[in-house]
Amino acid sequence: MATIDIHPQTSTHHHDDHAHEHEHHHGNFWTNYVFSEDHKVIAKQFLITGMAWALIGGILSVLFRLQLGFPDADLSWLKPILGGWLTPEGKIDPEFYLALVTMHGTIMVFFVLTAGLSGTFSNFLIPLQIGARDMASGFMNMLSYWFFFVSSVIMFTSLFISTGPASGGWVIYPPLSALPQAMQGSGLGMTLWLVAMAIFIASSLLGSINYITTVINMRTQGMSFTRLPLTIWAFFFTAIIGVLSFPVLFAAALLLIFDRSFGTSFYLSDIYIGGEALPNQGGSPILFQHLFWFLGHPEVYIVLLPALGITSEIIATNSRKPIFGYKAMVGSMLFIAILSFVVWAHHMFVTGMNPFLGSIFTLLTLIIAVPSAVKIFNYVTTLWKGNIRFTAAMLFSIGLVSFFLTGGITGIFLGNSAIDIQLHDTYFVVAHFHLVMGSASFFGMVAGVYHWFPKMFGRMMDERLGYIHFWLTFLGVYLVFFPMHYIGIAGFPRRYYSWTNFETFSGFADLNMLVSAAAILTLSAQFIFLFNFIYSIFRGKAASANPWNSTTLEWTTPRNPGHGNWPGEIPTVYRWPYDYSKPGAKEDFIPQHIPYSETPESNLPHENELIKLELNNGSIDVEKNKH
Amino acid sequence: MDNLTTGDFKIVEEPAKPLAMEPRKFGMWIFMGSVVMLFAALTSAYIVREAEGNWVYFDMPQVFTISTVVILVSSITMQWAYWSAKKDNLQNAKVMISITAVLGLAFVVLQWQGWGQLVANKIYFVGNPSGSFLYVLTGVHALHIISALVFLLIVLVATYRYKVHSKSLVSIEMCTTYWHFLGGLWLYLFVFLLLYR
Repeated sequence: MATIDIHPQTSTHHHDDHAHEHEHHHGNFWTNYVFSEDHKVIAKQFLITGMAWALIGGILSVLFRLQLGFPDADLSWLKPILGGWLTPEGKIDPEFYLALVTMHGTIMVFFVLTAGLSGTFSNFLIPLQIGARDMASGFMNMLSYWFFFVSSVIMFTSLFISTGPASGGWVIYPPLSALPQAMQGSGLGMTLWLVAMAIFIASSLLGSINYITTVINMRTQGMSFTRLPLTIWAFFFTAIIGVLSFPVLFAAALLLIFDRSFGTSFYLSDIYIGGEALPNQGGSPILFQHLFWFLGHPEVYIVLLPALGITSEIIATNSRKPIFGYKAMVGSMLFIAILSFVVWAHHMFVTGMNPFLGSIFTLLTLIIAVPSAVKIFNYVTTLWKGNIRFTAAMLFSIGLVSFFLTGGITGIFLGNSAIDIQLHDTYFVVAHFHLVMGSASFFGMVAGVYHWFPKMFGRMMDERLGYIHFWLTFLGVYLVFFPMHYIGIAGFPRRYYSWTNFETFSGFADLNMLVSAAAILTLSAQFIFLFNFIYSIFRGKAASANPWNSTTLEWTTPRNPGHGNWPGEIPTVYRWPYDYSKPGAKEDFIPQHIPYSETPESNLPHENELIKLELNNGSIDVEKNKH
Repeated sequence: MDNLTTGDFKIVEEPAKPLAMEPRKFGMWIFMGSVVMLFAALTSAYIVREAEGNWVYFDMPQVFTISTVVILVSSITMQWAYWSAKKDNLQNAKVMISITAVLGLAFVVLQWQGWGQLVANKIYFVGNPSGSFLYVLTGVHALHIISALVFLLIVLVATYRYKVHSKSLVSIEMCTTYWHFLGGLWLYLFVFLLLYR
């Protein structure tokens, strides 16, 4: 009876056996390393591209920090690199300064912390941790990377054109971005920006669709939702947010493209240039802000949630304790994901919106503090009385908790519409989001690299260099962003090229110098990481199969897993992923694939009940197969 | 994942998949979710913009009513094709897929004529945003219909190669879902444009 019903099923599973065979026949260089459909190779491609972008984004930020911190310095030694972008006096060209700020934001938010973070770790960890041979569609996954690559090439090219890259800020508000005559960067640079972002959105959607499908449909036997590691939950929510919000950015960009190139008036109205009126009538620039921030705010959580998931995993592993409040962690992430869609207008308090509407968005925004506080509480209580191992990954995770808290608190200030009127578009905002979203997510990403490096490359990264990297970066980040709060409260506006004309601000010259010096220090520290990363790929200490004594499934694979991940059967999952330091257990961790029947010494009464189900597994599954 | 690598069926090793659905089908649903968000963004932008005033009222082209009927009929033929394939009546399935494709093409042509009528009514793409929105909404929808036509052709070829039959329905099922979805989407846009203009 059962076998008859199963026949039609076999056809749908064909691609699975196919994936299984992949280990045996080896492709050539192109199919193995370039156009690979293996999720692990694609993850590494995302990681390395993301790191290249992070380096570029970081260098751009140091360039504009030079202008802000040392406005009188002679930068003509940069002539070989910047060429015409330096004024004859050896200073950064004001328009190029705006381009630097814009590209720093775009690169960091989208290319590093969206594609570099989600692309790397969702791709790498989802199949490995849920027990799947690969993503639901390896081909779509490959496309996702190559769309990202093409988008990267276009964005990178825009840095080198004579009129410079887009310069209207990473939020590309019209009319500045819509009118090519507004500034140099609004010409070809802006066009390339829009094309690159359209392709980027396609890449992101391809990726997200794959992640969601894989998490829901490809889990191994026994991997119920309540047994998913928190990383997977985080990637899952991130992908859902991406699928729902990126199309909205696409709509905004589409209308902007029509305004720029076809003469429509979605965002343009009553504009005079050189005393002459433009023909565009009836558009609304505020409309763009609504559409942009409907993506823009969820984007914050697209960037942050994966980092929070990664740190949940690392903190539990290295505290040798179960994560405190697993369900609360999942619930708070879900709550954050939902709230992220109903708070976008808090970026627009000063656009002349109805104050009553403003107070609603204030309320909704402040509610986000609740799930965020739950998460911080749970991190701290997980650490509490744990046998903490201070690995480099662990240090970066704790650093994330610190930034998330420091930056989160200023979010409560900014979320209030009344206070935001004073602080809007000052360095206070810059300090806030660089701590809570920029640095926190960056630390999550770096922590993830340190933690999963052994699985990615089969070797360990150097711990001592990791410590140096951590302390320099951690102190550097605080030295960069903490003083910015004071500069911001004083009213110093962001995106300004120069402040020396304002007597009020001249008192902040030394503070700005400190910030710039710290920025240079922080960037330099990243080269330690870069060296460590590249050196360890080739010369690092060979990693054991499970170097961190972790419980999740990826550590049950061979040291260098092939395409298909497990040479034999995929392990079955019997328990949740946080059985660390379980009382009575032989070791301080019990991996997810160990059945309760093998651990009678540590089982709780209700877990002994589950042993019966483990033994009956086969017959239960045959029943299920009928559908 | 499964152990059906060789001829012997080790059924016991089959993983339990509580929410198991064919992954490609599931991915299609998520894709449709993102298309919904795209049009939700455009139509809500439309509402927000209309509320600000300076909005030129337009008459919906007559042709759009005909195209609505055409797309609804094509949904029926598409469903018919799916049922035929399910009953292994491949000849009928091929005919019905072809009719659906022709109707879909007719829909695109009718939309194009609708644009012609708009131009005759002096509603241009470049002008008051009300008209621009009308072109964008119908145009982006038509692009999706064209993508579905490509999908239909792929399924049609697959049917000729006997890759679509009662035991292999995933592709035609996905195509049917997508087609109904786009039909429903047009119905939504049509009613929306009638209510807010």
